[in-house]
Amino acid sequence: MPIYIDQNTRVLVQGITGKQGSFHTGQMIAYGTKIVGGVSPGKGGQSVEGVPVYNSTFEAVEHHSAEASILFMPAPFAKDAAFEALDAGLKIIVLIPESVPLHDAMEIMAYARQKNAVVVGPNTFGLVSSGNSKIGIMPNRYFVPGPVGVVSRSGTLCYEIVGHLTENEIGTTTVVGLGGDRVVGLHFIDVLKKFEEDPATEAVVMVGEIGGSAEEEAAAHIASSMTKPVIAYLAGKSAPPGKRMGHAGAIIERGRGTFESKAEALSKAGVKVADLPMAVPPLIKTALADK
Amino acid sequence: MKLYEYLGKELFSQYDIPVPRSKLVESADQAGQVVGELGEVVIKSQVLSGKRGKAGGIGFASDFAEAQKEAARILDLKIDGLATEKLLIEEKIEIEQELYLAITIDGSAHRPVVLASLDGGMDVEDVAENRMIRWPVDVTLGMQGYMAREICRRMGVTGNLQKELVNFLPKLYRMFRDQDAELAEINPLALTPDGLVAADAKVTIDDDALYRHQELPRITEKTALELKAEKLDLAYVELEGDIAVMANGAGITMATLDMVQHYGGEPANFLDFGGGADLEKTAQSLELLLGTDPKVLLINIFGGITRCDVVAEAFVRVKENKGIDLPVSFRLVGTNESEGRTILEKVGIKTFTSMDEAVRHAVVLTGTV
Repeated sequence: MPIYIDQNTRVLVQGITGKQGSFHTGQMIAYGTKIVGGVSPGKGGQSVEGVPVYNSTFEAVEHHSAEASILFMPAPFAKDAAFEALDAGLKIIVLIPESVPLHDAMEIMAYARQKNAVVVGPNTFGLVSSGNSKIGIMPNRYFVPGPVGVVSRSGTLCYEIVGHLTENEIGTTTVVGLGGDRVVGLHFIDVLKKFEEDPATEAVVMVGEIGGSAEEEAAAHIASSMTKPVIAYLAGKSAPPGKRMGHAGAIIERGRGTFESKAEALSKAGVKVADLPMAVPPLIKTALADK
Repeated sequence: MKLYEYLGKELFSQYDIPVPRSKLVESADQAGQVVGELGEVVIKSQVLSGKRGKAGGIGFASDFAEAQKEAARILDLKIDGLATEKLLIEEKIEIEQELYLAITIDGSAHRPVVLASLDGGMDVEDVAENRMIRWPVDVTLGMQGYMAREICRRMGVTGNLQKELVNFLPKLYRMFRDQDAELAEINPLALTPDGLVAADAKVTIDDDALYRHQELPRITEKTALELKAEKLDLAYVELEGDIAVMANGAGITMATLDMVQHYGGEPANFLDFGGGADLEKTAQSLELLLGTDPKVLLINIFGGITRCDVVAEAFVRVKENKGIDLPVSFRLVGTNESEGRTILEKVGIKTFTSMDEAVRHAVVLTGTV
């Protein structure tokens, strides 16, 4: 049972005529995603990868009754585009841009709450229902169907770990990139709840990192409400305090958000924490065999 | 971007938030002269460190000689390794009570959150959890009067102080929102006979929003190399070790550093050259790393949006133009992997497909293990 999206989800691409937008439209179509339209103000009437382009999101929704949208545009324009998508009634919004101002992100999330919509990101690689549909920029070939749900704060590191699983012939149900920023729409707990309800998901991998308290909150949720096995990998063990490691969230500040605190909270909740990315597949194999 | 205390207080003043009368000076003599205008004063080092007070960066004076002496002492201090360039000389205020007040961003709630406590003046981490009131604010509502009153009720604040706080909170919230702040912290917030006064100011502005705040000065805590990297739009952090690391993506770069340490090596840096970098930017990243004179170069590429052939071409170009004499451990997989591998083989560089092998090889190359 796919979660969030499936092979029938009708997807718009906002910012489809840009370099990233057009390239990834092609990649998503190749994966099987139902891309029904694109939006690029001033470029209506064109077509990209055979997809019709509209001037406004409302116009595209009128023509194609889309349900989801993926956004490719420079960060200063992300708020306007996300508001437009939400106002036009789309229920899943995937925000690819990096460097979206935090206050813009907070306003987007507040409006999404009113509209009862799901926002993934910003600064995410998106999400994929393996073998069905992807709304994102992840490399297609690693995302093959199987029994493991994956949720991650970072992109390439998630590919690395999913790549290790694929090499070991372990596929995935759904893979969700939460995004590397301090304010992102979905959190670990939201996705863990979905995985717990999803009969196809037998085990879960969560990929976390230093900074913030999302992993600790997830640990409390796992201890109280998860029956399925969870394996974690955490990046940033060697990071010195006070240095921001690329992601806006990845910083140890005032003694908060350390690797040790996260690893301890997760271990206490019964989560096996892998000490290297390549240690994830054996732990998952054991978890699947124990079921 | 963290603001110096005096800049934070300048912002406060713009929002009608009371701060002590003050002068900014750069020498001991200037400090002495200010005493004449302000009377009894507090002399505060303007450094971006939370350890200022404990490190002796704050002094008191009531006449010219004392002020000159204290200012000279503080100007000579290194606080957290940082030199003091400016001193903020403030009138000494009469404090009846010290509070703690801050607004920051609560990622879990997607909202700004007000933190308020009657235990001001002390290290915020030492404040008991039940003495710190937390109130997330919905940005569509903004800071309403009832919220400020409710925060006061939960703090146990009544009477005149309540009136003061209900008036004070919306100003701080407005500044926080208008200026794209990540943090606006006042510790202590002082109750004086004339009302509430911000005795300190810790303000951090969201780096990603600086483009719409041209009026703010640019402050950096970065080293020269980190600044050079910033100009190239690279995420770069200097570390202590001898293995230069280059990878694409913040998470995997962190994981690479962790793995280097796991196998007994020490990384020289964090360098995430981002997703989908072109040949020029990739070459510049490499040149930057070579300029740090590391013992070994470790490159870890998992190409998604990043193309392996582009990384390989950039490497060859730098090798041919500038020379790469140090031992290299190169991991290359993902988009256009075989093209990339072919390009590197022509210049005699072998690549790994596994991150684990590449990292272990890099550590062996340092010769320390």
